[in-house]
Amino acid sequence: MFTELNSILNTTPDSFTQGEFILLSDRQSDASFLIHHFLSLYLRARCKVCFLGLVQSFNHYSAIGQRLGVSLTQAKEKGQLVFLEGLKESLSVLIPQDTETGTRAMDFLRDPAVGLKSLYEFVRSGATSSGVGGREADGGEEWGPPVLLVDDLSVLLSLGVSAGAALDFSHYCRATVCSQLQGNVVMLARSDGRREEEEDGDDEGSERLLRGLTHQCSLTLQVQGLPTGFCRDIHGQKCAGGGDKAMNSTNRRNSFSTKSTTKEPPSLLPGHRALFSSFTFPAFPFGLLSLLHVTTDHHVSISPDNTSWVLSCQK
Amino acid sequence: MAAPVSTVGKPSAERLPLNTTSFQKKTRTKLISIPGTRPSVQNGQLLVSTGVTSLDYLLGGGLAVGTVLLVEEDRYDSYSRMILKYFLAEGVVCRHELFVASAQDNPDDILQELPAPILDDVAIHKPVEQPRLSCEPQDSLDAMKIAWRYQNLPKVQSALASSSRFGHYYDVSKTMEPEIRQAAKCHRFYLTEHPTQSPPTHSTMLESYSALLKSLQEVINSEGFDVAAPMSKSRNILRIGLPSLGSALWGDDLSCHDNPRNGHALATFFYGLRAMLRSSLAVAVVTVPSHLIQDRALMGNITRLCDNAIALESFKGSERETNPLYKDYHGLLHVRQVPHLNCLASKLPDHKDLAFKLKRKQFTIENYGTALSFWQPTCWAISTNVVFI
Repeated sequence: MFTELNSILNTTPDSFTQGEFILLSDRQSDASFLIHHFLSLYLRARCKVCFLGLVQSFNHYSAIGQRLGVSLTQAKEKGQLVFLEGLKESLSVLIPQDTETGTRAMDFLRDPAVGLKSLYEFVRSGATSSGVGGREADGGEEWGPPVLLVDDLSVLLSLGVSAGAALDFSHYCRATVCSQLQGNVVMLARSDGRREEEEDGDDEGSERLLRGLTHQCSLTLQVQGLPTGFCRDIHGQKCAGGGDKAMNSTNRRNSFSTKSTTKEPPSLLPGHRALFSSFTFPAFPFGLLSLLHVTTDHHVSISPDNTSWVLSCQK
Repeated sequence: MAAPVSTVGKPSAERLPLNTTSFQKKTRTKLISIPGTRPSVQNGQLLVSTGVTSLDYLLGGGLAVGTVLLVEEDRYDSYSRMILKYFLAEGVVCRHELFVASAQDNPDDILQELPAPILDDVAIHKPVEQPRLSCEPQDSLDAMKIAWRYQNLPKVQSALASSSRFGHYYDVSKTMEPEIRQAAKCHRFYLTEHPTQSPPTHSTMLESYSALLKSLQEVINSEGFDVAAPMSKSRNILRIGLPSLGSALWGDDLSCHDNPRNGHALATFFYGLRAMLRSSLAVAVVTVPSHLIQDRALMGNITRLCDNAIALESFKGSERETNPLYKDYHGLLHVRQVPHLNCLASKLPDHKDLAFKLKRKQFTIENYGTALSFWQPTCWAISTNVVFI
């Protein structure tokens, strides 16, 4: 959990807005560190977390979670965390065994045209079940509102699921988790960041997905690369853009080379404020910065003397 | 009097009666010690060498066990095939097991073309030699006069040296000796010899990819590379080499058509491969003819599904071959992705302009052109070996 990000978003483990759909997106960079941030945030907030880890193994999340101060194994045992290890479950689908074991959540691999209904069923059962065995009287603890985390949604597109099916899935999840259960949904969607003129139907999948999700969500966090190119010390140097004054989005690679051995929370570096008129994102332990572009459903416009966000409600 | 040989190296258990403290040295728990691997200094991952030391450096010390290295082929598939051969040769030298699957060349042919290791200290594992070694110290002709204390130690330590060394050098002008090669266990998958089965109705993967995955899983389970398998016997690493995956010979029309029918077959295969490797002691190097694949978004998806990805671009036949800027090099190397396993983010190499050069005894990857672009042509005669530290 990154405390500076919490302060920018005005969230703490004790108080956060419920019923939010948060979209994490990146262009030619890697926004998966944000997933770890939200995972540790909601676990600390004692929410019931349903995590669809489709691209990495459980040990990966667990190792990082430990560095951020939460123990995923413990949370799973207590029933706070429902984890779908996509990679492991997929093997039983891709290489047919004689016995049907495991959940049916990854059944879309058999025939992607069918859609993500079984995955949604998994989410629904994960988010609505309360405690071990479904009863709270037997010592199952009471958890807070359910939270769904998806890492990441765009891998489903590469496995053959259509963008429409993925959007349906996210809509159903939002309806169940956000509206019915007053929980939160956080989804990561990655894209290559192709330029507009290259969109000749090939990439219509990931761009369409991203646009659809942006429309559905209440908060977007975008991670972008440096406009001036790769810099050793500062990554994702970004650019501030407001909704309408979005600066050049570049297609440079972004990488956060954090030293994984350190557990220090990133420290805030106030630099670059004059250049880019936004808040600086937490610097990683040995001096790397990155800035985030935060859009909300209020239009955010940047004043010319670029000192702060100006929230002008145009809704 | 010198201590007899038998007590050299004996565990200190014998000395316990004299030892009055209960202090016990803290042993490193669950550190699997497999020859040819070493833990990463960055995050403790178990690493193997790719056979090319400069590539090892680029990837953060080596290839992590359980990951996939994607090599986007150069136009003539010469250097990417070379990297694959280095990888397999390194496996032979480290006594790992190999798995080679190919649709075009017979895997046996690929294995016969492995480069010869530069054999200062690689022992040829012939069991016949062992008895000879043990009786040599007693040969009075070899009696040491000055270093007599070392006389009774076993003479040849090469078996230990080769397994503890990380990364070897190869001479590409020679092929590996058959004895060395046959000492390594190798599993083969040749698509043309594989019996065709009925097309699977249960996934988007092509039949060829399904068969390959199934064969891989059989090898992993039967030979004990599964991480969950009991630790009774000694563990080893499986090195998987998949040349030219995605080419038309696998039955995939990804490289033939702009709008392929089975656009997601290869990506699904990579997903399955990733899933399998995450739970086994195996490493894969896959080369893909990406220059044939028109759909860049699909290539991007596949790159994201692999942990490490590099792309090679050779100068052969292009106008860059005569460009004085590149005259020392054979091609460019682009690092598309480095993994971040068990940590928040990865460390991209410091330099982005990388060029490679295949010399007889070394495949070097260097940073070119930081200073060159400002130099006048006449200055290019000066040696430009920027040492890539």
